Amino acid sequence: MLHRLTRFVTARETGILLALVLVVAVTTLVNPRFLFSGDGFRDLILSPSILLLVAVGQAIVIITRNVDLSVGSTLGLSAYLTGRVFIDAPWLPWPTVFLIGILFGGLLGLVNGALVSFAKVPSLVITLGTLYAFRGINVLWTGSDRINASDMPREFLALGTSSVAGIPYLTIIAVVVLLVAGWFLRTQRAGRELYAIGSDPAAAHLYGLKVTQRTLAAFIVCGALAGLAGVLYAARYGTVNSQAGYGWELDAVGAAVIGGVAIFGGSGTVWGAAIGAYLLLTISRALPVVGVPDFWQGAVVGILILGAIVLDRLLALRTAKRLTDVHAREQKTPSPKGVAS
Amino acid sequence: MTTALAAPARTYRDHGRPLWRRILLTHEMAIIGLLVLVYLAASLTVKGFAGPLTIQYLLPDLAAVLLIALPMTLVIVTGEIDLSVASTAGLAGVAFGIAHASGWPIGVALVLALLVGVVAGAVNGFFITVVGLPSLAVTIGTLALFRGLAVGLIGTDRVGGFPPELRSLALDRIPGTPIPNIIVVFAVLAIAFAVVLHFTPVGRSIFAIGLSSEAARFSGVRIERTKFVLFVVSGLVSALAGIYYALKTNVSLAENTAGLELSVIAAVLLGGVSIFGGRGALHGVIAGVLLIGFIGSALRLAGLTSDVISIVTGVLLVASVVTTSFLARFRRRRVGPGGKKGSPRPVE
Amino acid sequence: MSDSTQPRAVALELSHIAKAFGAVIALTNGTLRLERGSIHALVGENGAGKSTLVKIIAGLYQRDAGDLLLDGEVVDFRSTAEAKAAGIAVIYQEPTLFPDLSVTENIFMGRQPRGAVGVIDRRAMRTEALALFERLGVRIDPDRPTLGLSIADQQIIEIAKAISLDARVLIMDEPTAALSGVEVERLFAVARSLRDEGRAILFISHRFEEVFDLCDTVTVMRDGAYVASSPIGDTTVEEIVRQMVGRDVTTLFPKQEAAIGDDVLVVEGLTRPGVFEDVSFTVRSGEIVALAGLVGAGRSEIARAVFGVDRYSAGTVRVAGEVLRKGRPDAAMRAGIALVPEDRRQQGLVLESSVARNATLAIRRQLARFGLITDALENASARIWASRLEVKTAALDTEAGTLSGGNQQKVVLAKWLATNPKVLIIDEPTRGIDVGTKAEVHRLLSELAGQGLAILMISSELPEVLGMADRVLVVHEGRITADVPRAEATAESVMFAATHAEVA
Repeated sequence: MLHRLTRFVTARETGILLALVLVVAVTTLVNPRFLFSGDGFRDLILSPSILLLVAVGQAIVIITRNVDLSVGSTLGLSAYLTGRVFIDAPWLPWPTVFLIGILFGGLLGLVNGALVSFAKVPSLVITLGTLYAFRGINVLWTGSDRINASDMPREFLALGTSSVAGIPYLTIIAVVVLLVAGWFLRTQRAGRELYAIGSDPAAAHLYGLKVTQRTLAAFIVCGALAGLAGVLYAARYGTVNSQAGYGWELDAVGAAVIGGVAIFGGSGTVWGAAIGAYLLLTISRALPVVGVPDFWQGAVVGILILGAIVLDRLLALRTAKRLTDVHAREQKTPSPKGVAS
Repeated sequence: MTTALAAPARTYRDHGRPLWRRILLTHEMAIIGLLVLVYLAASLTVKGFAGPLTIQYLLPDLAAVLLIALPMTLVIVTGEIDLSVASTAGLAGVAFGIAHASGWPIGVALVLALLVGVVAGAVNGFFITVVGLPSLAVTIGTLALFRGLAVGLIGTDRVGGFPPELRSLALDRIPGTPIPNIIVVFAVLAIAFAVVLHFTPVGRSIFAIGLSSEAARFSGVRIERTKFVLFVVSGLVSALAGIYYALKTNVSLAENTAGLELSVIAAVLLGGVSIFGGRGALHGVIAGVLLIGFIGSALRLAGLTSDVISIVTGVLLVASVVTTSFLARFRRRRVGPGGKKGSPRPVE
Repeated sequence: MSDSTQPRAVALELSHIAKAFGAVIALTNGTLRLERGSIHALVGENGAGKSTLVKIIAGLYQRDAGDLLLDGEVVDFRSTAEAKAAGIAVIYQEPTLFPDLSVTENIFMGRQPRGAVGVIDRRAMRTEALALFERLGVRIDPDRPTLGLSIADQQIIEIAKAISLDARVLIMDEPTAALSGVEVERLFAVARSLRDEGRAILFISHRFEEVFDLCDTVTVMRDGAYVASSPIGDTTVEEIVRQMVGRDVTTLFPKQEAAIGDDVLVVEGLTRPGVFEDVSFTVRSGEIVALAGLVGAGRSEIARAVFGVDRYSAGTVRVAGEVLRKGRPDAAMRAGIALVPEDRRQQGLVLESSVARNATLAIRRQLARFGLITDALENASARIWASRLEVKTAALDTEAGTLSGGNQQKVVLAKWLATNPKVLIIDEPTRGIDVGTKAEVHRLLSELAGQGLAILMISSELPEVLGMADRVLVVHEGRITADVPRAEATAESVMFAATHAEVA
């Protein structure tokens, strides 16, 4: 019991959760409206919800020792597609549009996944290429056009801005996705296999794990979540132009890394990525409140990411040392069964 | 096994494959071939492509990518990556602009901006070689940090108005040619980098680090120092590119260089440098940059917009690495895991 | 001892298996009869085809011809998964586990016990893992990540995996190469208990003492073909070696006489907490000093520390009188030290580089003219050295990774001898090398000593130590426990010093 408690307390996720609480607390002290005003709390938990989805998807891919740099472009495409569907096919009920966005994102994820698993080319390179290609398609398709709030049905937009029991709908959706993803990664065989693949891909192949299938699935899920995020983006902001989602891939990777997902795969959780997304965006909003001009936002994000990975490294070194010490101690004490012969 | 006292002296061929195969069947040759093909095709089909004007407009835009591709090649050959180059360029450009706007002599501003690049590279180098963090993660962090610093320093200001003599130095062309002066700088650097990579002991050690860092260490290669220097050089050249950009647009904006790192990496990979490290050549990289440039020019002249260029770049990059990967696997399967054809015995 | 009077059922039978890779023929006649309740040794030089045979059994390769019968039925494995499902498990020399995941998850990955809705039942999994370990008589924490576990423990986990899959045939590929004496004993005990359960074990090894200790049958292969098979009691080491090599090998280790000169390498008080302590020794010109001891005693660590790849916290290293800067292999090289490392493929060679590149990597600076180095310069140097050492390769730009083990070792030697060293430290000079090349390497070392080179040789093969060394230093758990001149060194005395902390 104590062992589990220690593990919980020292977990990375707990650490950044505390950091998040600290940031909110300090900022609220400076300006109580940050948290306690009508919009304050809502905005605090609403805005990062969309990044949360993208970060969760990215975490799943990173756990398999890959990366998906095209999620920002996917989000942009999906957001624009959402608007276009509403304009060109207004008879479709808006929940269907959700489905379209998710499927579309999944399709783009499939492209990435297929190239990575079948061509055996590092995902960094593939998704770099698709980042370009998808962004190009997005800009080409959008042109100088812009989706406006008036193009989309009111119920859909309401989803993006209103709440139930004080919690915004978008956040509920994001949290539900998070819960499902977290549950799956922890309790399902396929989920654990993702960790195995990231921990040692060669061993995974030798073991007979369905590496190709699982990797493909990871990319499809990541794309689908980016697609969903695009739909939510359209609902939340109402305006979509060709720049939607620009740069979100790096925020997503940053959130995952801050949240404890190792860049080389095999460890970390979607919970961490989710909290990382919140921490990242909350700090950005907190900075102006405490008097730091928001120009410095980017710098703070950069410091956070660097700090996170330095911390990871120090902890990993300490754990490795501890494990080998423990092992060395175990070697010295004879096994109780002795050596049977 | 020879147990005889006087064994016949062994003779070895220099090469296992004939010259034409060694030279022609390389990724670099394929890209150069593609480059020539694209140039010819565009000259014939796109109005206005053939002729010096294309190069005149293209090269100033490509200059930054060309410059940064040089150190990036060496960095990737050692098995690392530097995603922060664009942000370093932006930061250096901002520093340059602010220093100048504050009244400092232009020469001092120049040196300061270059120093910013050196320090930025040293920061990367420190986290990667001293602390031991993966370069992908570190340079994602510094990408954000340096850009953030640039934005923070300049705020909403726009600084510019650089002395026209300096601007003309950067932007003018070599008299009688469509080639801008900056390309001279690039050419000198390109030759220097190529010589270092392919014809010096340091270059040999860079390849060794990329292929097997353990074996390199056991051969006396100072891995950390080499990588640190490469990252500093990367920062320095990025700063140079940033200064150039600032002079070219006559304004220091943090966003001047956004997205540049992706263009550079795409061109380097297109040019045959393996993302895994240990493999690559500068002539392929230069061809890669020019290829992307020419395609972009041709498309623009044909009336297509930059997004199409984006799509083409992306598809080209993916096609290039996928083809290389398939060819490599096909070659290995034909020969078998036992070993290359002609080797004395299969390795188990 | 198992009862050998009753005929045992045949678990696995291979008959005239052939396999070629393009123009390279790996197997012409792979034949083997593996019985239930037996530990069967498979021996042969590098290139004999053992590894290819194992990979065919494991489902990694498909055979070109011949029959593979499991329990009397013809089988055809198209993947490792199929072989595993049929009950065949392979335990490789370097186990591949998932370092971030727990021991338990490693054992059951892909087959975790499940409850409702497919949720993994962690408690059941853990209990099963503990039961497995108890059956094997070992103690490993099932919850800890496998990162940091010793190779010996990792092998046990691989065996646990195999048992949980109810593998009827276990293949162990050179399992003892990286194990210490105690760990080898533990492994053997586990193997014997598995045999007594009726499983069939195929044991591949180069170490004849172990083969004779553990196995009941031995099959010899040579040049891709079956040579002979006999119960262990009916054959001898000499007989087996003859079958492996195809001729009599009378002297494996040519004796050497050399004029011993001055101190070249002087190590004093070298200490690295937890690895080695207060190590002091001297190697003189013309001398071959052997560093003997059990695997894991710290010998390679000492060598690496002297060379500068690893650090040390106290002590000094002097070469030809000058104190050597620690932690700087390039400084060691300048001072005249050369290190042929233990792991030839990862540390000694850049496998994907050419023979010429590898052979000249250590002298790249010296070869350069006006700071520049070219392929022509490299080839010229490589040609000389490869020819001197009789490296078998068609061309100088052949990838080093495609050479046989013996030739690879020659390239590494060529690389280091080209630096014209004063001290040569060579770690396991003949590990994984065929018998013929072994003799060549020994002859070479002898010659070099005769020319005045000071040689420090780390070896785990006692015959090699006793045959080659002028002096034997024995290391036990990081300390030097004996310094014995050739005349007084015996297998017993060396073994004793290797296994005891204090030697009178």
